Amino acid sequence: MPEKKAPLIHLTKRKVLPWYAAWGIRLAAIVAALIVCAIVTTVTTGLDPLSVYSTMFSGAFGTTRRLWITGKETAILLCISLALTPAFRMWFWNLGGEGQILIGALATAATMILLGTSLPGPALIAVGIIAAIAAGAVWALIPAVFKAKWNTNETLFTLMMNYVATQLVAYYVIVWEVPKGSGTIGIINQKSEAGWLPVIGNRYLLLILVVAVLTVLMYIYLTYSKHGYEISVVGESEATARYVGIKVEKVILRTMLLSGAICGLTGYLMVAGTDHTLTTTLAGGQGFTAVMVAWLAKFNPIGMIFSSLLIAFLSRGSGEISTAFGLNHAFGDILTGIILFFIIGCEFFINYKLNLRGKAPKEPARPAAEKAPAAPEGKEESHV
Amino acid sequence: MKKLVSLLLVLVLAIGLLAGCGGNTPSTTAAPTTTKAQGLDIKVGLICLHDENSTYDLNFINGMKEAGKALGIEPIIKTNIPEGQECYDAAADLVDAGCKVVFADSFGHEDYMIQAAKEFKDVQFCHATGTKAHTEGLDNYHNAFAAIYEGRYLAGVAAGLKLQEMIEAGKVTKDNCKIGYIGAFTYAEVMSGYTSFFLGARSIVPEATMEVTFTGSWYDETAEKEAANKLINAGCVLISQHADSMGAPTACEAAGVPNVSYNGSTVSACPNTFIVASRIDWAPYFQYAISAAAKGEKIDTDWTGTLATGSVKLTDVNGQAAAKGTAEKLAEVQKALEAGTLHVYDTKNFTVKGEALTSYMADVDTDPEYKGDTEVIKDGFFHESEFRSAPYFDLRIDGITLLDEKY
Repeated sequence: MPEKKAPLIHLTKRKVLPWYAAWGIRLAAIVAALIVCAIVTTVTTGLDPLSVYSTMFSGAFGTTRRLWITGKETAILLCISLALTPAFRMWFWNLGGEGQILIGALATAATMILLGTSLPGPALIAVGIIAAIAAGAVWALIPAVFKAKWNTNETLFTLMMNYVATQLVAYYVIVWEVPKGSGTIGIINQKSEAGWLPVIGNRYLLLILVVAVLTVLMYIYLTYSKHGYEISVVGESEATARYVGIKVEKVILRTMLLSGAICGLTGYLMVAGTDHTLTTTLAGGQGFTAVMVAWLAKFNPIGMIFSSLLIAFLSRGSGEISTAFGLNHAFGDILTGIILFFIIGCEFFINYKLNLRGKAPKEPARPAAEKAPAAPEGKEESHV
Repeated sequence: MKKLVSLLLVLVLAIGLLAGCGGNTPSTTAAPTTTKAQGLDIKVGLICLHDENSTYDLNFINGMKEAGKALGIEPIIKTNIPEGQECYDAAADLVDAGCKVVFADSFGHEDYMIQAAKEFKDVQFCHATGTKAHTEGLDNYHNAFAAIYEGRYLAGVAAGLKLQEMIEAGKVTKDNCKIGYIGAFTYAEVMSGYTSFFLGARSIVPEATMEVTFTGSWYDETAEKEAANKLINAGCVLISQHADSMGAPTACEAAGVPNVSYNGSTVSACPNTFIVASRIDWAPYFQYAISAAAKGEKIDTDWTGTLATGSVKLTDVNGQAAAKGTAEKLAEVQKALEAGTLHVYDTKNFTVKGEALTSYMADVDTDPEYKGDTEVIKDGFFHESEFRSAPYFDLRIDGITLLDEKY
């Protein structure tokens, strides 16, 4: 019997790489991404890629104001990612961040519009925060209850809740629109500033501080608290969790309540802190971008600081490219897409080894022998 | 293995070559800066809600580029700026870049422009389509619009001529002479627009009626297309729209129904059905405001462009779809409008609930209760865009049926 030719390329699962090797691969991925972006830039626009990169950098960090704005956008994205993380660690796919933010924003706007003249400032802020957190929590709790009681699919359920929230906001925008038929509310309480978060230093600092504190708290909660541990156990295996006496339903409900509450708080920060208005596009897809931010950082709150900064940098930078070079925004999005593709794609090479024919090990592979590492990618069973 | 190596080699070569090319070509497109050699020594910025893919924003971008060329300056244009804090951020960023005049093109930008105007006193903020400049009391905040209802009236005349031609050809009977109109919101600007369009059409075909539907969005291609198809199926024989996508024009082209467009010509996509389009040309305003700021002169709090300033424009009439003699008739009506012998909202030409109007309090000063505050009927006609630049005509005249009012 002739010997069968080995395949040209075959993959083997790596053991956990040392940190320097993993970061080496990541660095190589970024360099490769920049080279590909340079080629795409030169071929399609004829621009000098280096000046495009420096424009991107200046768009995100070029002036003090741009630095603060990038900081604020990082904070907002981080806040949403923090909200989603506990649910994700439990292997519960909360794709409803968008809706939970919007419903929190709606609750905030309602307090500012309806109670703006009757409540004193600090009380109005307190009511706004409570209303937003409660609204976000309820919005997340509904799919959680269905998941816990009847094991419905939370991915679809949370996703659908987004559309319900968007339509509710659209309805109230028309109720509160000024002037009639304009479809916009405008800045709420622009003259009185009732219900607005106070400005400390500049209009972004307070928001960044709130999110910074939240990041630390979330890290402690997930890493050192009993709740955090229970979330991890439920995420690993519901059966194990039940066996050791964890009430899985309770953990699901509690965790989603937390997840929704923080999303609601993000909505509050957006309405009372920065935008002071309510639109259906307020969340602007960040509820989904945050999914990527959380994954990129492997659900580590500290790591998410960097992944959200990366996304904020890319988005601010690509905006500046279109202004400076008169290009369509789509071009910046293409560059962003290439960079993210490489960064996400390189995780594959961190987890798997590429063996070329000839260099491949001679002995037959033993695929099932090695157990997957603890990284999320290595997880084999899924509760979805 | 060999194949792979050669493939890699080719790739590396290609990358090297391209990178080389990139490095060698002088960077021709450096970031725009003010050209000081000629023209005005002033920096200006424009904030747009979308980019050039939206006909509405494209109209502003083109106007700004034209004004920039005429004045010898290179404007900084920021696109895709939402109607939120991002607008303030963009305005402040333009101020940081040295801009002395900042324009914004979308209604929802207004409050954020006011916020910026309060903070940066030595920079002029000009907001198109806004309503608050005359009540805000800021020296450096201004609104602008154009008497686009006159352009719409002219477009309506072109539509009326087409209807007349269809009636004479026996394609449509006088009793079934129904126009369809797709609006974004039940907003005064839209209501003023479809009413003037209808009055223009009715000045030619007195039997014409109109049905209006709303999409609840300024730009929603699918909704606009569906709305156009709905109106066509309901028996409308001519369609016009006040929304910014190609949804309605392309639906009309597919169904072979004549279309009167807005913001710009759609003749390339709709050669058989596009009749004419009205649009606001923003270049005259941009030129006026930038020159005034450069000279240190005051910019009008409310500036309303007209046919005479070149702000209200019609595209070329598409001979393939329009009725014969359309261009000549339009020139004649335009002359009458400019001379002031013809008023679009002449109270002799329309009724509300069967009665001619002698008085109407319009909501000119924006407030959450939508209270009427200004008498706008004088000398036998409704004075549109006089007490502020943005339209405030929101009467529901007889002959026009609103199919839905949810927006």
